[in-house]
Amino acid sequence: MFSRDNWKEIFETIQKNKLRTFLSGFTVALGILIFVILFGFGNGLINTFDDFFSDDATNVFYVFRGRTTMPYKGYKSNRQIEFDNSDLADIEKNFALFLEYTTPRISRQDTVKFKEESNNYTTQAVASSHQYAEKTIMMKGRFLNKNDIENKTKYAVIGRLVEEDLFGAKNSIGKYIDIGGSVFKVVGVFQDDGGDNEERIIYMPYTTRQLIEKNTDEIDQIIVGFKPEIGYAGAMAFERSLNSFIREKKYINPKDQNGIFIRNVADQLKQNQQFARVLQIIVGFVAFGTIIAGIIGISNIMVFVVKERTKELGIRKALGATPKSVIGTILLESVFITTISGFIGMLIGIAVLSSFGEKLKDFFITNPYIDLTMATVATIVLIIFGAIAGYVPARRAARIKPIVALRDD
Amino acid sequence: MIEIKDLHKSYKMGSNSLHVLKGINFSVKEGELVAIMGSSGSGKSTLLNILGMLDEANSGEYTLDGVPIKDLNETKAAKYRNKFLGFVFQSFNLINYKNAMENVALPLYYQKMGRKERQEKALKYLGQVGLTEWATHLPNELSGGQKQRVAIARAMAAEPKVLLADEPTGALDSTTSFEVMDLIQKINDQGNTILVVTHEDDIAHMCKRIVHLKDGVIVKDEKVKQVRASEYV
Repeated sequence: MFSRDNWKEIFETIQKNKLRTFLSGFTVALGILIFVILFGFGNGLINTFDDFFSDDATNVFYVFRGRTTMPYKGYKSNRQIEFDNSDLADIEKNFALFLEYTTPRISRQDTVKFKEESNNYTTQAVASSHQYAEKTIMMKGRFLNKNDIENKTKYAVIGRLVEEDLFGAKNSIGKYIDIGGSVFKVVGVFQDDGGDNEERIIYMPYTTRQLIEKNTDEIDQIIVGFKPEIGYAGAMAFERSLNSFIREKKYINPKDQNGIFIRNVADQLKQNQQFARVLQIIVGFVAFGTIIAGIIGISNIMVFVVKERTKELGIRKALGATPKSVIGTILLESVFITTISGFIGMLIGIAVLSSFGEKLKDFFITNPYIDLTMATVATIVLIIFGAIAGYVPARRAARIKPIVALRDD
Repeated sequence: MIEIKDLHKSYKMGSNSLHVLKGINFSVKEGELVAIMGSSGSGKSTLLNILGMLDEANSGEYTLDGVPIKDLNETKAAKYRNKFLGFVFQSFNLINYKNAMENVALPLYYQKMGRKERQEKALKYLGQVGLTEWATHLPNELSGGQKQRVAIARAMAAEPKVLLADEPTGALDSTTSFEVMDLIQKINDQGNTILVVTHEDDIAHMCKRIVHLKDGVIVKDEKVKQVRASEYV
C-alpha cells in the first residue's frame, strides 16, 4: 500500500487536481492556523494577567491604619490609630509560627538633590526584608541590611529612574545625595517590574527616618510576610487572628469596618488564579470549537471529493482496482494533503504568534504562544478525524458497483 | 472461452420486478468476434455487464476461460476483471486528468507492473492504435475517435482474454465508427476474442457472428459473412 509507485500515483493525482487539493488543504491549514492563533492569544491574555500580579510577593499582608468609626471600651470614635515599633515586635512574638518576616514602611515625599539636579521622590523607610515583599531586584550595589537598621545609617537605595534622573549615565554608587535636608550615601540601585513609579522610589532604613523625625517610633504601615507552606486556608486563618490581635491591642471595636485594614494578597491571588482558569477554559472551548469546525470542514470536502470522483473510481474499478486500493487511494491522498497543509498552517500560526510579541500589549495580549505539543496534537487530531471523515465516503465509493459509478455523469 | 447456461437476471423496481434476462444459453470460442444485437430494453447491455462482472446474475452458470465465475466479492471481481477482461464503453470513460499514455497504463498499474515497463507497454499499444504522437495529450484534447482508440488501447494493454465493447461506436459519426471497427477487426485478426454490443446493423455485420436478443431471450444466433470496415474507410 505504501510502495513508491502508489505515492507517485497519488502525487500525480494531487498535482493534476489543484482545485481539490487546494480546497482540502486550505480548510485544514486555516483550521489549524485559527486554532493556533486563538490558543496563543488565550495564553497571551493569561500572560498579561500574570504580569499584572507577579510584581509583588503573594505571601504578604499589608496592614494599614485609619480612623475608628465606633466608640469602644471608653474610647471615642473617629480616633486615629497609630502603629509603632512595639506593634512590630508584638506581631513577631505572637505569630512566630506563621511568620517569615515583617517590615514597617514609612512613606514620605522629599526633595532629593545631587549637585545641580533636584527632584521630588517618594521615600520609603523600611526594614531589610522589604526587599522580599516588593520583589525588588538589585541592579548595582546592595539593599539595606540589618546593620543599617540597627545603626540607623544614612544609606539609601535608589530606583533605576532616580539614578537616571539625577546621575544621568554616571554611576551613583558611593555618591552622596541630599534627601529632605539630610545627606545619604547611595549603596544600591534597584529595578522593579511594577512600572515607572516603582522605579522612582528611594529606600532608607526606617530607624534612620524615625531618628530624623525627632526620634519617634511611629510607623505608617506594617507588612507581614508569612510562610507560603501554610497555604490558602492557613493564610486566611492567619489574617483573621492577626486582625483580631491588632484590634484588641488598639482597642478597636471588632465590628468596626475602619480603624485598620488588612490587604490580603493571598485572597486576591486565589481570585486571580480562578479568573485565569476561567479564561483558559473559555480559550480551550473556543479552540475546541475551531477544531470541530475544521473537522466538519474537512468531512464536507471529503464527501465532495468522493462524489466528484465517483465516475473515476468506477473506471478504476472496471480496470481492476480492488475496493482496498480505492479506499487506500482516497485516504492516502487526503491524509497526505491534510498532514502537509496542517503542519503548514501550524507553522504559519506559530510564526504569526511569535511575530506579535509585545505588539498587542494594548489589547491585553502579551507574548502569545502555543506550546509545540499542543499545536502538534491538535494538528494530528485534525488529520486523524480528516482520515475518518474520508474513510466513510471512501468505503461507500469502494462498495458502489462499477456499473452504477460509470453511469454517474 | 465463454460458457453461459440458463442465465437469469431481474431488477426490482419498487414492488414489481423487471425480468430482463430470461434464461440465456450461449457460448463463445476463442478468437470469435461476436455482435450482440437487440433493440433497447432487450437486455443486451445487462448481458454484457454480467459477462464483464460489472453486474451479477440472479441464477445460472458462467464460466470464463475455464474459471467458474460465482460468489464474487468485490476484490475477487476486481482481480478477474483485471486479468480476464478489457472494456470499451460508449462514452469512452477515460480519466480526464491523465494523458493518453497514463490512461492506457492504468490497468497495468493494477497488475502491479513497474512504472517503466508500464509506460513502455502503454506506448506500444498506443502505437498499435496509431496514436503515438498523442501520448502526452489529455482526453479533452482528443477527438471522439481518438478517445475511443485510446480506450481500446487501454483495454488491450492488460492483454485480456476477452474484449467487451458496449456500443463502441454509439457516440461517433459513421466514418469514425468504421475506423474504430477496422481497429477492432484488426485486433480480432490477431486472435483476440471480442464481444460487441450494438444496435446498428452495419456495425453488427462487421462481426463474424450475430446474436439477436429480444425481451431477454436469444431469438437468433447466426454466423455471418464479415464485412471489412476498411472497405468504407
